[in-house]
Amino acid sequence: MTGSATRRDLLRIGAAVGGALVLELVLPGCSAAIRPIPPGAGPGDFVPNAWIRVTPEDRVVFTLDRVEMGQGTMTSHAQLVAEELAVKPEALVIVLADADRAYDNPALGLQMTGGSSSVKASFLPLRRAAATAREMLRAAAARRWAVPIDGCAAEDGAIVHAATGRRARYGELCAQAAHEAVPADVTLRPAAELRVIGTSVARLDARSKVDGSAIYGIDVKVPGLCTAVVLRPPVLGATLVRFDGGLARTQPGVVDIVAIPQGVAVVAERYWQARRAAASVQVVWSEGEAWIDSDALRASYLARAARPATAARSDGDAEGAERKAARVLTATYELPYLAHAPLEPQNATASVTEHRCEVWAPTQSPGLAKEVAHRVTGLPYEAIVIHQTLLGGGFGRRLAQDYVEEAVEVSRRVRRPVKVLFSREDEMRHSQYRPMAVSVLRGGLDAGGAIVSWHHRVVTQSILAQSTPDYGALLPDGTPMAVKLATVRAVAAVVGGNGVPDPSSVEGAATVAYAIPNLRVELASVAHAVPVGPWRSVGYSHTVFAVESFFDELALAAGKDPFLLRRELLARAPRERAVLELCAARAGWGGPLPAGRGRGIAQAKAFGTACAHVAEVSVERGQIKIHRFVSAIDCGTVVNPGLVRAQVESAIAFGLSAALKQEITLRGGRVVQGNFHEFEPLRLHEMPEVEVHLVPSDAPPSGVGEPGVPAVAPAVANAVFAAVGRRLRVLPLARALALPQVPG
Amino acid sequence: MISLVVNGEARHVDVPEDVPLLWVLREELGLTGTKFGCGMALCGACTVHLEGSPVRSCVVPVGEVRGKKVLTIEGLGAEALSAIQRAWIAENVPQCGYCQSGQVMSATALLRARPAPTDEDIDAVLSANLCRCGTYVRIRRAVKRAAAELAGEPPPKDRP
Repeated sequence: MTGSATRRDLLRIGAAVGGALVLELVLPGCSAAIRPIPPGAGPGDFVPNAWIRVTPEDRVVFTLDRVEMGQGTMTSHAQLVAEELAVKPEALVIVLADADRAYDNPALGLQMTGGSSSVKASFLPLRRAAATAREMLRAAAARRWAVPIDGCAAEDGAIVHAATGRRARYGELCAQAAHEAVPADVTLRPAAELRVIGTSVARLDARSKVDGSAIYGIDVKVPGLCTAVVLRPPVLGATLVRFDGGLARTQPGVVDIVAIPQGVAVVAERYWQARRAAASVQVVWSEGEAWIDSDALRASYLARAARPATAARSDGDAEGAERKAARVLTATYELPYLAHAPLEPQNATASVTEHRCEVWAPTQSPGLAKEVAHRVTGLPYEAIVIHQTLLGGGFGRRLAQDYVEEAVEVSRRVRRPVKVLFSREDEMRHSQYRPMAVSVLRGGLDAGGAIVSWHHRVVTQSILAQSTPDYGALLPDGTPMAVKLATVRAVAAVVGGNGVPDPSSVEGAATVAYAIPNLRVELASVAHAVPVGPWRSVGYSHTVFAVESFFDELALAAGKDPFLLRRELLARAPRERAVLELCAARAGWGGPLPAGRGRGIAQAKAFGTACAHVAEVSVERGQIKIHRFVSAIDCGTVVNPGLVRAQVESAIAFGLSAALKQEITLRGGRVVQGNFHEFEPLRLHEMPEVEVHLVPSDAPPSGVGEPGVPAVAPAVANAVFAAVGRRLRVLPLARALALPQVPG
Repeated sequence: MISLVVNGEARHVDVPEDVPLLWVLREELGLTGTKFGCGMALCGACTVHLEGSPVRSCVVPVGEVRGKKVLTIEGLGAEALSAIQRAWIAENVPQCGYCQSGQVMSATALLRARPAPTDEDIDAVLSANLCRCGTYVRIRRAVKRAAAELAGEPPPKDRP
């Protein structure tokens, strides 16, 4: 069924999603693939499409196909449906979508929540789906009352006919609506008449998250469930040589101890039993890549940065202009590996039998989870069910499916439902990290202080090259595995070599909006065994620190105000410029400050959204204190201003954690940090006051979850320079501050 | 067999004395509102009240709880949501929500000890509870809102 759809069919489905006619598309032999019935659908239900279901009991069920990981999809997406279906958002019954290709994210090509795409990609399709349901309900009412449809209006969960005072709840119209023709086109509510979109509807998941009833992956209960902890190789690239579980097997509650491709799984009735038994399993690992060491990597990156690399952007003649410049500044910026450290450790629950595989997982991609379960079990797609749960944080970590793979593998081996649960140390040491990066920048100023050349060389690992195998799932479902692997290897070779630069390594550098006539951005992709992956704002998370810090250095060297020079050079980028101006105005840029404080400004456009921050900091007894953040954002049409503000507040806290104190380091091929005392997120007493300002816009919606992150660290570094005259070019800033001061 | 009183109800569990209370609550008693975050009392996601005082249940051996009273998030608002829980909803505090059971339990204990907490009081107690989504600005506001409500005052004014 689902699995037999070909790539071309899927594209047609994608196009159809945009046209609201999902249910009418019939693919040869697999019509069910595009018309999934949400869980619990009854025979009398009206199910116009994959998202909406109305029951005769008058329940309006909305199937949410973008995961809820804190960013607010449950609320924002309910608003999109509520608007067009004329119901209150809080009246919707919200169901989390199982994996199904009908729910592929049109922006990403599979069922996945990432890239700050949720509102952007669902804004029209969900509204069309809801409007389609509304039109069919109106048609049903008009037929029942034998009146023209024009007089039938949708209002608060009912169709009303004002002329005759008749009224029917949606539930009463189910049977008839199911037989109405699907309208070829539907009209969405005009912008001026929106009642729900654009308002700060209170979070629909708040109640369940303050009374303990919200169910995350770790909370899943299944009859007969046991729990596994997995012993994974402590050194990168190491593999299992042998293990002795004899002693562990005699411990209370132990079900089995099995070798799996990822290591050794210790399975017990309870987590604490498995964790205890695991301590007495004797494991011998191969040596692995014990040479890997952060300091050695940093030295090699710096050496690589001294040699030319592949151009990712080249405007004018940066090198020629630099030769003619009156002054040339050079600066090197270094950023460490970072873990996502979501508060819910990775986990997944799987129940595999000979003929069926069912998975419950807090994953950002139920679509990839299904592909992984298929690969591990060899079962056909229609025998695999993936349920999503709430996510206790995502930040990109849950795009990978390692926890799903392990749970499916262990359940397959022990033939019982199994939950694999990572400890915090497992979570910290077995991840896909934000890559370490070195940026070397050179900037030329002419005699008048104008920036005439900009040269930026980035050295980092390619996430795309390393994670491409996972994205093999993007290939047509029927593709033989050998072809998939060959394709994946070919793509990885191109991306990882010096052919095509991985755009995710240079986003934020190659996308600089400043009007600089001669600008060159180069990328040197390095490949080694440290696992890397997307981390909230991906490439922007390291490039923007370098770009916005260096811009400040150039402005100050030219004797110009960093805000005014940014404003001047953003003349052809009106949205970035408006955001910058609003932010500076609300922050009182240029105004007086208490003694010892400095202000720093930085901006970036990422995922279609412009965001600027002004940080106010002081340095007291060798510690950076952040007093205040003022931020402005333009994310196009806003569905829920309260949620946008919350995401910017969140991005500031996430960005400050990395700016001030977090780093993952490697020694002897092992990740050094294990728990929160060694990799500490920002704590409440360190959180500054925050003001978030939204730029009004009627442009299409763009991303919100990530765009607030990139400019946080440079705003702080620029503010530190303003406060105490020290330029910090290494993150985390706490470490940079402790380094000996180097002139220049 | 170890007996304890959880959310007002006598419970009996057959586990070794050194099993952390967190896992007894979650796995033996099915109370999953209390969360596992670190296992080292570093994040506060597992905060419950033991005889009225906040503790990190991930490091409390269940043997130490024998005969004692434990209050979890499920018991806190069982009959009606508490002022803290209502304030959390009013300020839209939760994002992913995973840490919020612990935040609510810690904030509840704070208000009991300091009915009119200063910013320093809030810092001192709630800095022990990590929130990776960074809901701290709203946590601070919600604590003040709940304190105002309990004191019979209007909620503090919203800021931009």
